[in-house]
Amino acid sequence: MSTKMKFATDLEKSVLINNFEKRGWTQVSADEDWNFYWTNVNTTRSIFSLENGYRLSDDQIINHFPNHYELTRKDLMVKNIKRFRKELDKESHPLAEKDENGRYVHLDSIPVTFLLPADYNLFVEEFRKNPSSTWIMKPCGKARGIGIFLINKLSQIKKWSRDSRSSSFVAPAAKDAYVISRYIDNPLLIGGKKFDLRMYVLVTSYRPLKCYMYRLGFCRFCTVKYTQSTNELDNMFVHLTNVSIQKHGEEYNPVHGGKWTISNLRLYLEGTRGKQVTDKLFDEINWLTVMSLKAVSSTMANDRHCFEVYGYDIIIDDKLKPWLIEVGF
Amino acid sequence: MDPKINEIAASISEIVKKLNGSTLYSQLKRAAQKEVEKPTASLATLKTDVVEALKTSGWDRLLRNKIFAYLSSCQASLDQSLPFECQKEPLMYMRKAQANWERRILKSMNSMCTELSIPLARKRPPEEQRALLHKWNEMGTEEPDLSHFRPVYAPKDFLEVIISLRNPNYCGLLGPEVDEKPSGGHWGLIQVPLEIPKLKDLQNQFSEFAHGHGHAGVDDNLDVPSEAFQNERNKIAKKVLDEKRSVLAQYFCRNGCPSGHRAEIWQLALGVTVNHLDVLKYEQLKGYVLQHDLLVDSLIYKDVKLTAVNDDYYFVFEDYLYQVLLVFSRDTSVLNHFAQSSAMPPKSFIRAQKEPSGTSAEQESSLTEAIPVFDVDKLTSPNQSNFNYTLIKSKPTFPPHLGICDDEGKLGQDEYAVVYPPNGVIPFHGFSMYATPLCYLYAEPVGLYYIFRQFYTRYFHRLHAISSHPQGIVSLCLLFETTLQSLHPRLCRHLQEIGCQPLKIAFKWLVRAFAGYLATEQLLLLWDRVIGYGNLLLLPILAVAIFLFRQSNLFLITSASGVEASLADITTLHVVPLIQLVLFPT
Repeated sequence: MSTKMKFATDLEKSVLINNFEKRGWTQVSADEDWNFYWTNVNTTRSIFSLENGYRLSDDQIINHFPNHYELTRKDLMVKNIKRFRKELDKESHPLAEKDENGRYVHLDSIPVTFLLPADYNLFVEEFRKNPSSTWIMKPCGKARGIGIFLINKLSQIKKWSRDSRSSSFVAPAAKDAYVISRYIDNPLLIGGKKFDLRMYVLVTSYRPLKCYMYRLGFCRFCTVKYTQSTNELDNMFVHLTNVSIQKHGEEYNPVHGGKWTISNLRLYLEGTRGKQVTDKLFDEINWLTVMSLKAVSSTMANDRHCFEVYGYDIIIDDKLKPWLIEVGF
Repeated sequence: MDPKINEIAASISEIVKKLNGSTLYSQLKRAAQKEVEKPTASLATLKTDVVEALKTSGWDRLLRNKIFAYLSSCQASLDQSLPFECQKEPLMYMRKAQANWERRILKSMNSMCTELSIPLARKRPPEEQRALLHKWNEMGTEEPDLSHFRPVYAPKDFLEVIISLRNPNYCGLLGPEVDEKPSGGHWGLIQVPLEIPKLKDLQNQFSEFAHGHGHAGVDDNLDVPSEAFQNERNKIAKKVLDEKRSVLAQYFCRNGCPSGHRAEIWQLALGVTVNHLDVLKYEQLKGYVLQHDLLVDSLIYKDVKLTAVNDDYYFVFEDYLYQVLLVFSRDTSVLNHFAQSSAMPPKSFIRAQKEPSGTSAEQESSLTEAIPVFDVDKLTSPNQSNFNYTLIKSKPTFPPHLGICDDEGKLGQDEYAVVYPPNGVIPFHGFSMYATPLCYLYAEPVGLYYIFRQFYTRYFHRLHAISSHPQGIVSLCLLFETTLQSLHPRLCRHLQEIGCQPLKIAFKWLVRAFAGYLATEQLLLLWDRVIGYGNLLLLPILAVAIFLFRQSNLFLITSASGVEASLADITTLHVVPLIQLVLFPT
């Protein structure tokens, strides 16, 4: 390869630029001839839009798939995973095995989730089975913990739907939709604190599926002690681990930002719980990632010019079962 | 007669004495009684039957483990004919230096009290006690203003003192004046003559590091994952745990523990069990923390905030550290270790309150505050359980005077002296790092507490007391300097020429037993060996290895600060191959 790689990016982040330059690549603007384009999702969308008519040539790659949102939008991820399970179920695939309670043995990787307002009735039915349970409401199209709240009474959700309806008379648009999930109220605590995992997964192809797990994932810790008490439902520092939320907490430490490496987690779990269960947990996390990618692989536009780096948010419960919470960038 | 026999006899009688009052003794007695009460018991074979039954039911192992723990905690049986202080430390100049150092610490604490006008201890009002209890699991969120507090001392202050140690009876071949200069035969900072092991002795002692022995930390870390080695070690670990014998567990640690079994192996090797009595004891100590606010609490708090909270590996455990270290400061059983150490626990005196008239015995007896007290008279004999509880006034409990007599009231009288803090240990900058690595093994504060206490009273207390003990910090420093010089004189010369004393860099590693400097996994592998060999000699060996390993880098550096900077981050190092590099170079 005699010619130099040319990269373009619309995110002037030093972590990107430094890494590109370290490889001896040269920066060009997006209008020029680039080999490698690191874009935000909107740019990718416009590049692939029909009106644009831009055709990627053989020596060009870009960091998103055109319909990346199949996995990264909270509602679509749930839809895709549910559909995938049903398909496997129909063909009585061994992976779709269920236990005596009717739960999937291998595919039970996301908390029970419903779309609101669409699945409202299904949700009410499920809620009544366990009237004291806590649920978490998240707006589909928002990130970084915005608009998230917890409920443990049906009246709270009725009030929410009244409030949101009274503000406008039109039917809720897709971006006003919410997902409601069973809240993992028995998270694994370390040092008494709640945390979630951020794992990075690189997908270079969906058909056949090729994905790579990044070794240096991390745990994000809440700065405040976890409590199950319902009085604390409003204290988001207790429940949400997003750095963007925790940053505003008084206890935020800028040295490490509440982040702990996956290798620390592994060492801790091996030390306190044993090697076997720890290995099993990490196997399950890998499997859960593959499963979620499989679930969307048929719907993804498998453009060979695309790759994607996903950030997986995973919560581990006190029985060391991993739960996929959502997938971001 | 062989003096060895006397020694053995002395330690047997000592152990028997210790066992007599222990819980295990009454448990054994009860178990034996049960055997006797069995209808099958026959008078003729009673003795052998009972002994046999105790063996098969596992009591025999518990007894062995207990004896093993006693033997490892008081290594040399002390010569009873010597005065007590000589048993603690045979060299007078060491005793004096330690006493001076203790006085300095106390002075510094006293002046902090005076400056900030805070008492050494104060009783918490009931509301405050309740509030603290409520916050017990999240003390880290409390943010009291600690900006005026400063650590009582840092390792580098302590190093200054160690460097200044001189043996008044010692005179170099060329006379005392010449010996003062480091350019004389003795190049290092440590100027006292102590016997330290030669490389040959070390090779004998640590023979398991020779090539051909499988090691966790090397053989589980190959590029080709060596499943076979791990499986084998895991299998042996399980066997050792099933056997429940401390001595086996300790030996097993020499080659490193598999991470999944380390917690239990360490407990077994160190003889730490956590039963319901221990949980109760922990709760009782926690009660003492709630009742009184001590100045050392602020020091502990400050230290955790300065060290663990800013540490990538350990910040998660902040709250657990308070739950361990505060309780530790109230634990009078920690005082027992002073019998093995050159140090003396600091004392404070109770100021006699000017009581309103009519005060008398009944008023005295109505005082409700029990604080553990160290009974000075009994300190002269290490064999008795030295400690009891005394009633102490509740109001402005202690005056801000430590160990210094005062002419007012009853100050200065031993009967009014209390050990302060109750465990006799004044934390220094970085003290909490002794506990942090253990958080990776024990998920519950109680289990964590007891293993930490054992580690401290067995090993770590030697790292900040001046003594001639072979495990003491002075000997370890000397071992470091001597070994480095004998293995690589050229490197030493280079460092000397650029004005860098290696010990100034290695000292902080040694004092903390490398906690907070190595990656946690590597640290645990190192502490495996501390337990396995029952000593701290590998700490200086590792420090030497780090200098040797980085030598090509060090030779390029031309300033002391440059050396400091190049050795500031040692988290990427692997301890076992490094130790092998020194002990058994290929």
